[in-house]
This record gives sequence, structure tokens and C-alpha cells, in this order.
Amino acid sequence: MTALPASFAEQRAWQIYLTVILAAVAWFATYSLIQPSANWLAYTAFRLTQGSHLGDAVAFFLYDIPKILLLLSGMIFIISIIRTFFSPERTRALLGGKREGLGNFLAAMLGIVTPFCSCSAVPLFIGFVESGIPLGVTFSFLIAAPTINEVAIVVLFGLFGWKVAGLYIASGLVIAFLAGLVIGRFQLERYVEDFVWKIHSGSSLGVEKLTWPMRIDRAWGSVKEIVGKVWLSVVVAIAVGAAIHGYVPESALVGIMGKQAWWSVPAAVLIGIPLYSNAAGMIPIVSALIEKGASLGTALAFMMAVVGLSLPEAIILRRVLKPQLLVIFFGTVAAAIVITGYLFNWIL
Amino acid sequence: MLEIKVLGPGCDNCKKLAYLTERAVTDLAIEAKIEKVTDYAEIMKYPILSTPGLVINEKLMVSGRIPSVAEITTFLTTALTTDD
Repeated sequence: MTALPASFAEQRAWQIYLTVILAAVAWFATYSLIQPSANWLAYTAFRLTQGSHLGDAVAFFLYDIPKILLLLSGMIFIISIIRTFFSPERTRALLGGKREGLGNFLAAMLGIVTPFCSCSAVPLFIGFVESGIPLGVTFSFLIAAPTINEVAIVVLFGLFGWKVAGLYIASGLVIAFLAGLVIGRFQLERYVEDFVWKIHSGSSLGVEKLTWPMRIDRAWGSVKEIVGKVWLSVVVAIAVGAAIHGYVPESALVGIMGKQAWWSVPAAVLIGIPLYSNAAGMIPIVSALIEKGASLGTALAFMMAVVGLSLPEAIILRRVLKPQLLVIFFGTVAAAIVITGYLFNWIL
Repeated sequence: MLEIKVLGPGCDNCKKLAYLTERAVTDLAIEAKIEKVTDYAEIMKYPILSTPGLVINEKLMVSGRIPSVAEITTFLTTALTTDD
């Protein structure tokens, strides 16, 4: 039903594929040049001493910024391609008729791959509930979608490697699954605003038929949009991270943010709730904290609280949820984050 | 005359879609009424799961993403030719 954009009607498919291949080659070439050029700039061009505070901080900064920005563009492109296969309409169809438990798990998984912006939380909530998807399953989706953030995945991968990125995804899934399951148990339908139950929207748009050039076009569009939105906060955060890396003494934070301080996980979550930042900007700071002795579970809990429990989202959701349910929702997610934080401190 | 509605609570995406739609309308130099629908109960009258949404003559054309100006232009010209 959607007509091809004019630019694509003119371009032939093979030209688009060729562009993608050339871009990929250029990407890998640039990526492999970052480390040598960063070292050369810091230690040769700027004549900083290797091993000095300033030298290390500058090298770290020069290396991390192009690396993270390149990783962001490349991986957001791939993630966006995957997302063109999962529209909210399709996700709703996949979740329809699923029981709790399996439904919660599936909802949490789909929360990662379904494109989602927090201002869509309300229509999505109404659309899901209206089509008979259980409340708990709907919440599993609504928790997973913002908490497991694609930019966060990429930055974590870039700074820590795939294990920590995997842990982040896993903990987001566990939190969304558990919190949704608990909310589902309580029979809280009466705390959903009444107008939600009265809405009967028509059948939804059919799933669009997309060609590969269209998928590539859309993915490129979201790369421009997302990277354009977060690059500045990523650069600032990396600068702060580089300063911590170079100047804060090793293990300075073990006492207050290490594993031994049992209260550090709930404290991190409490501090994280009122802070509202994008995950991408947070991570370089968190990474520097970890390096100086904060434990991984505590740091991840902090980040999850900042990303997953945001005041703006609460205000948006207040339109469809009565205050009681909003409090239960936030409380459950906060508790789930604390539990995951302890879990990671304990197993790692 | 085309009746165009931009559905969305007023976040960045909705504003951007409204802006692009206005641009497409100006570029085509057509007569159109653009209305921003921000009330959720109103928005949900259309078969929409994620915002922003673009409605032309009461028909939902796009939801959950921001189409390009070229794409909006195509929607508008198609709507014009089917318009009586």
C-alpha cells in the first residue's frame, strides 16, 4: 500500500546493494585504523608520555570516540534492518492468544526488536489490552522495550565486550519477565483507566510489504536519526569517562560501590530513578566507575534504573493507568532491578 | 481539499512528521487542512499502535515511523487523484 519513495523508484536495486557493500568495506577499514591513529596522535603528535595520566586520558578519549560512533552507526543499521521485520502490529499478532509465562517471555524478547518510542507507550498499551493480551504480558513488553536499549547494547559491547552486553540484555529480559509475571498475578485490571476498556479501534493496518531496498532505506534513516540524537551525549560522556580513567585512583570506589557494600544496589536504583538520561550517554561513565572498583551488578542496576524507570514515561503512562497501578508498576520494576543487581554481584 | 491529520501526543517524532507534511503540502502548492490530533482517545479511533500517524482523508497512511517528504508527497498526490 505504501508507494516507493521517488528516490528509490529511480535507483536500481543493485546500486543500493553496491552502496551498502562499499560502505561496509569503508567501515571495516576505518575501524581497523582507529587504534594506531589514536596512539600516534596522543603519543607522537601531541608528544604526551605513554603511561602518564594526561597521555592515557587523551589516548582513551581519541580511541573511544571514533570507535563507539562507528560501532553505533554500523550496529544501529543492522538492528534497524532486523526491526523492519517486526512492526508493533506484527508483535501484537504474535502475542495474541499466548498464555502468561510463555507470553511474558515472548513479550520481553519482542520488546528488544520492536521499534518503540516512549510516546507510543499509550497507544501500544491500549492496542494490546484491547486485543485481549493479558495485562502482565503487556507490561513485560512495555518494560523490555525501553529498558533494553539498542544504543546501550552497542556502547556496552564497544566498551566491555560481548559478555557484558549479553548480561545487560539478559538482565533486561529477566526484569521484564519477572515484573510482568508479578503484575499479571495481582488482577490489576481495575486500576486501568476506564476509557481504555471502552475504546474499540478498527482493525489495524495490514503488515506492510517491504522490499530490501526499502528496508535499507528505512534502516539508514534510523541510523541518521538515532546517531544524530545521541552522538553529543556520547562524546561528553566519553570525555568524563576518560577523565575518570586517567585521574581517579585505581579501586577508589571499591568501598562505596563494590560488592561488599550490600546497600549499594538499592541505593544505585534510588539515585537512578529521578535521573533521566539516554543510556548511551550513561555507559561510558558507568564503565569508568566499574574500572575504578564499582561492581558490575551495582553499575548495571544503576543504568537500568536510569533508563527503565523514567519520570517522563510515568507521566505518559498516567493517562492510561490509575496511580495505584503506576506505583505497583514502578515498584515491581525497581524491585526486579535490585534483584538482578544482586544476582550479578553474586555470580560475577 | 485534503483533510490531513497528524496523530501523536506531541513528542519530537510527531512534530517532525507535522513539519514534513506541511513542507510536502507547500511544495505541491495544494489546498489542505492539517490538524494535529494529540488526544489519545481521538488518536485511538484510528487503527494505530504506535505514533506518529498520518491520516489523509480519514485513511491512516503511516504509523510508527516518519516517512520521507518524497513518500508523503506520493501519498498526497495519490489522495488527490482519487479525490472527487
